[in-house]
Amino acid sequence: MEIQSPQFKHKARKAIADEQLQRAMGKAKIGFVGKRKKAVDALPEFDELRSSARAIKDHTLEHLDLYLEAYERKVIASGGRVHWAETAQDARQAVLDICRAAGARTVTKGKSMITEEIALNDFLEKEGVRPVETDLGEYIIQLRGEHPSHIIGPALHLNKEQVEEDFRRVHTELPPARDLSQPESLLGEARHILRPQYFQADVGITGANFLIAETGTSIIVTNEGNGDLTQTLPRIHIVVASIEKVVPTLEDASQILRVLARSATGQDMSVYTTFSTGPRRPDDPDGPDEYHVILLDNGRSSMLGTEFHEMLRCIRCGACMNHCPVYHAVGGHAYGWVYPGPMGSVLTPSLVGVDKAGHLPNASTFCGRCESVCPMQIPLPRMMRHWREREFERGLNPATQRFGLGFWAFFARRPKLYRLATSMAIPTLSGLAGRARWFRSLPFAGGWTRHRDLPAPESRTFMQQWRDREVGKQERGAA
Amino acid sequence: MKEESPSPKRVGLFVTCLVDLFRPSVGFASVKLLEDAGCTVEVPMAQTCCGQPAYNSGDKNDAAAIARQTIEAFEEFDYVVAPSGSCAGMLKKHYPSLLKGTSFEARAEAFSGRVHELVSFLVDVLGVTSVPVSHDGSVTYHDSCSGLRELGIQKQPRQLLSSVDGLELKEMQNSDVCCGFGGTFCVKYPDISNKIVEEKTASIESAGAGTLLAGDLGCLMNMAGKLHRQGSKVEVRHVAEVLAGMTEKPAIGGGGR
Repeated sequence: MEIQSPQFKHKARKAIADEQLQRAMGKAKIGFVGKRKKAVDALPEFDELRSSARAIKDHTLEHLDLYLEAYERKVIASGGRVHWAETAQDARQAVLDICRAAGARTVTKGKSMITEEIALNDFLEKEGVRPVETDLGEYIIQLRGEHPSHIIGPALHLNKEQVEEDFRRVHTELPPARDLSQPESLLGEARHILRPQYFQADVGITGANFLIAETGTSIIVTNEGNGDLTQTLPRIHIVVASIEKVVPTLEDASQILRVLARSATGQDMSVYTTFSTGPRRPDDPDGPDEYHVILLDNGRSSMLGTEFHEMLRCIRCGACMNHCPVYHAVGGHAYGWVYPGPMGSVLTPSLVGVDKAGHLPNASTFCGRCESVCPMQIPLPRMMRHWREREFERGLNPATQRFGLGFWAFFARRPKLYRLATSMAIPTLSGLAGRARWFRSLPFAGGWTRHRDLPAPESRTFMQQWRDREVGKQERGAA
Repeated sequence: MKEESPSPKRVGLFVTCLVDLFRPSVGFASVKLLEDAGCTVEVPMAQTCCGQPAYNSGDKNDAAAIARQTIEAFEEFDYVVAPSGSCAGMLKKHYPSLLKGTSFEARAEAFSGRVHELVSFLVDVLGVTSVPVSHDGSVTYHDSCSGLRELGIQKQPRQLLSSVDGLELKEMQNSDVCCGFGGTFCVKYPDISNKIVEEKTASIESAGAGTLLAGDLGCLMNMAGKLHRQGSKVEVRHVAEVLAGMTEKPAIGGGGR
């Protein structure tokens, strides 16, 4: 997907003015926050579970090479194949090669952010293979030619009236008078349209929430059952997953599962947790004939051991964006690439470069709510600050910002000069305000006064007044 | 934490730059609260700002220089107290990581242990459980982010406010959600900041209280500035002003309208 993060400010402004979007976001934020809180409050050991989930990932990342190789051996032993992909292009090509070898015309897809990251759909279409998204949210945005605005709720930015409109526009073979006013009727219609696709598809592609090193198993976590149909009905199942998805054992995965759904949707567990290990065995009732895993790096291995290492613990629950005031204000598309919200603000610069994604780690108040709900205890604000440091070192911030900061720092590092300057400037500024005591506009303060008034300084600085008080005390003492 | 000593505790007041420049009343209210609780308060003249504008803009060098300067100015005190969760959080939580691996590392660690935000210092360290003041009217309290999530300040201000004679606390919805200030964020991304503070002022208005309180002047100026632009009648003050019984001065910006 083409990166549009440099236009973040512009896109954010448009998003804030978009009433449809704001209506959808308003509903979403109340739902996610309340549901997570209820689930977490009901589980007194939740914080301990977070710590143990974190420890599992920390350990795995410490020995990532060993666990990946162990995983590969198990996949091969169970009859599957592993394709290592260093770049997005490598991963796309690996998928295409498998499709070509099978003569595939149609592929069904379960919901997968990694295939968004490698822009698989556009690529397959260009190469003459038709991808069909089967997750309801993904299906909707595919009809609209959009990208997900949320990592677990791809169509979060839409209201049901918009979906109804899209269905009427695309499903022209269905009776025009049908009722589509309820979410259930929309779901029913999507199901009716998608059902035959599973049988037509030659290849089914899913992502993975976990890869298990001890068994060679991949796990997907879903709520609609479409993932199961995608991976069991076609002849070939391709799992596209990034390397940090591996955990050592099934036990480890089940520990992390306990925090995943609670953090994401407030469910104890998602409706389906589906395990797949290799292709169909002779006595299996169903399953694919071929099982492929494409293991994507795409820049992750270069995050290991850096200040962004801990980002690789992320399990893509979406809790950080569900609790982010900036995400709530602008929605996911403003971020301009695959991953929005706080996790995207850390990950996107890592994967596409901070020169392109520089706005994202800057557009944060550092309120810390993301870190406080992250099931993997990822220090997201700290890592956004690290990106700002990298930008500053490379001189990527705007010149006006650097000048302003340099000017301020010059005084802040010289207390006597600072005292002198502020004791002249502040009383002047205070006097300028006159009786109103508010500035509606002020030179160099346009960013502030565009949307709010600036209270005038009370009078003289605290330090001036304090010094007078101390001098007065001494004089009284001497008298 | 230092051993209890019979002599009064020497507190160095970190005024914070915004209080110094915009609202000295908060500084004097802090001094009164600390003195009433038996501390002697001094104000080192070598302080300027905690360094967050540099630190959060990726300028580690200037931030570290300011951190060293602040530590030197305050090292001699039993405690360092600031009327701001954000600045106290910077001094307490971020100076050690900023100066890690430098010759100041050990000093930053020792310094960190002595730093406190004002209201939590009164309650958690000095054991203050009530304040002998009155405030006629209802207030609502906004939990500023750094104080809440870095320093765990939530119960302490409410405990002291509940002891204020005549004061009624009317909680707003989502008092723990950011007001959109974020330091330089509010001028770098004014439209997003505005969207966030609009949500906040809506919560404040629905709470129906006459006065908005919080423990951080940056957040307060942001919310006050928006409320004033919207024509609100809600007055805005730092929580220390009410706890010190020093509300005779006009509220931020000279009172409601």
